[in-house]
Amino acid sequence: MMLDDFMMRATLAGIGVAFAAAPLGCFVVWRRMAYFGDATAHAAILGVALSLALSISVFAGALVVALMMALTVNLLSGRGYAMDTLLGVLAHSALAFGLVAVSFLSGVRIDLMAYLFGDILAVSRVDLMVIWGGAALVVALIWWRWSALLTATLNEDLAYACGIDPKREQLVLTLALAVTVAVAIKVVGVLLIAALLIIPAAAARSLSRTPEGMAMVAACIGGAATIIGLRLAYVLDTPAGPSIVCVAALIFAALSVLAKLRGASA
Amino acid sequence: MSLVDVDNISIRYGANTVLSNVSLRIEAGEILTIVGPNGSGKTSLLRAIIGAVKPSKGRVTRSAGVRLGYVPQKLHIDPTLPMTVARFLSLPQAVPVADIEAALKQAGVPDLAKAQMSRLSGGQFQRVLLARALIGKPQLLLLDEATQGLDQPGSAAFYRQIETVRRQTGCAVLMISHELHVVMSASDRVICLNGHVCCEGTPEVVASAPEYRALFGSGTMGALALYRHDHDHDHHACEHNKTEAAE
Repeated sequence: MMLDDFMMRATLAGIGVAFAAAPLGCFVVWRRMAYFGDATAHAAILGVALSLALSISVFAGALVVALMMALTVNLLSGRGYAMDTLLGVLAHSALAFGLVAVSFLSGVRIDLMAYLFGDILAVSRVDLMVIWGGAALVVALIWWRWSALLTATLNEDLAYACGIDPKREQLVLTLALAVTVAVAIKVVGVLLIAALLIIPAAAARSLSRTPEGMAMVAACIGGAATIIGLRLAYVLDTPAGPSIVCVAALIFAALSVLAKLRGASA
Repeated sequence: MSLVDVDNISIRYGANTVLSNVSLRIEAGEILTIVGPNGSGKTSLLRAIIGAVKPSKGRVTRSAGVRLGYVPQKLHIDPTLPMTVARFLSLPQAVPVADIEAALKQAGVPDLAKAQMSRLSGGQFQRVLLARALIGKPQLLLLDEATQGLDQPGSAAFYRQIETVRRQTGCAVLMISHELHVVMSASDRVICLNGHVCCEGTPEVVASAPEYRALFGSGTMGALALYRHDHDHDHHACEHNKTEAAE
């Protein structure tokens, strides 16, 4: 069966994450909350440590901590500290506590690198189910709230006047972000999750005329980066997760240059 | 029954009280203008009416099912967000193409449906915001300093558009402005706000009230008269505006 092939499993896992990351990444870019993805991801390391200590699944541990992080930020935002300060404090303290917690886990040999950079080639069938389940949940959630989220992104008061509560929409977004981070840990690791969110969305900008179009194009770019990146990693024997991000970055650069040239000739 | 009944509200941000004991009613079909200096709580009052801020005291009652059209003070669309005018007008609910075209026409920018929001001029942008507010066939149109960034002929043309819209649709209008002379001539009723209601009445009554003069000085009386005079030559200004829009 095709799922027996580790490359096939890795490709499917990458595409699953790319699909969830695409619409979410667009909102992250539009709302200028790129740092939020980073912060949630850094906090997830604490989740990894806790789940190893308690011997529960890494996915569950990372999800719980990422959710707690998302809720805390949501709760504290707009209460004195600027958002980037708040995220900086929470993200790096969670990361530090996570790293310290990992050091207490004697007896268990932990490959921290696998969680920092991901281990997409080791994706199992169960991982694949978790990734696609999580991705489907995120896509469904964003699909359902799309118009409300978009209105709230444009202007909070405009949303209120339409009977939409922008605070609730932001909560939806942060929860979706937490789920995406949790499922993406295995694929690209906590250090590169934000790249998978932002780069395809940013690359899609110059090709899009509507928000929906941008999300679709971002999904295609993310999927293409996964397939090409994994192939390159196989041929050149490079680390898989970073190779995917490199390809996405090259696509971004190429499209940016093209847009500039087109703009100059027009 | 009034469209909106603001009953003795106070609004506080932390220890800072921006509005105290403000009451007002908005009746169907009237144009009500709120004037006041910076920091007088005009925007907070409007935000309370649309439900964006909860009064710390008193309450705001909207008549059941009243349709609001809101034109915000400023709307920044991040350059990374691609958005055509037509798509912007169908947020949060999809609307038929015919309605989009009708609303754009009503707002005085009939040919912009396919344009990107980021490419619009300041005047076009404000009119698209107006079109968006009109598309839900509002009973009450709320405008918060809707002509910010427009030059004086531009904002005068914009307010004439509002009067036309009111005449065509019969919607009530609540607007906030600092351009007293321009707005006041179009208003049925004016409320002068400075943390509380200083005075209210017809534009003439407010402009001659001592409370109003204490806030704005008496110079605006002349400007009002001047504008009334200008207003007689409405047709020329409209023609001029048409050629401008055609460019």
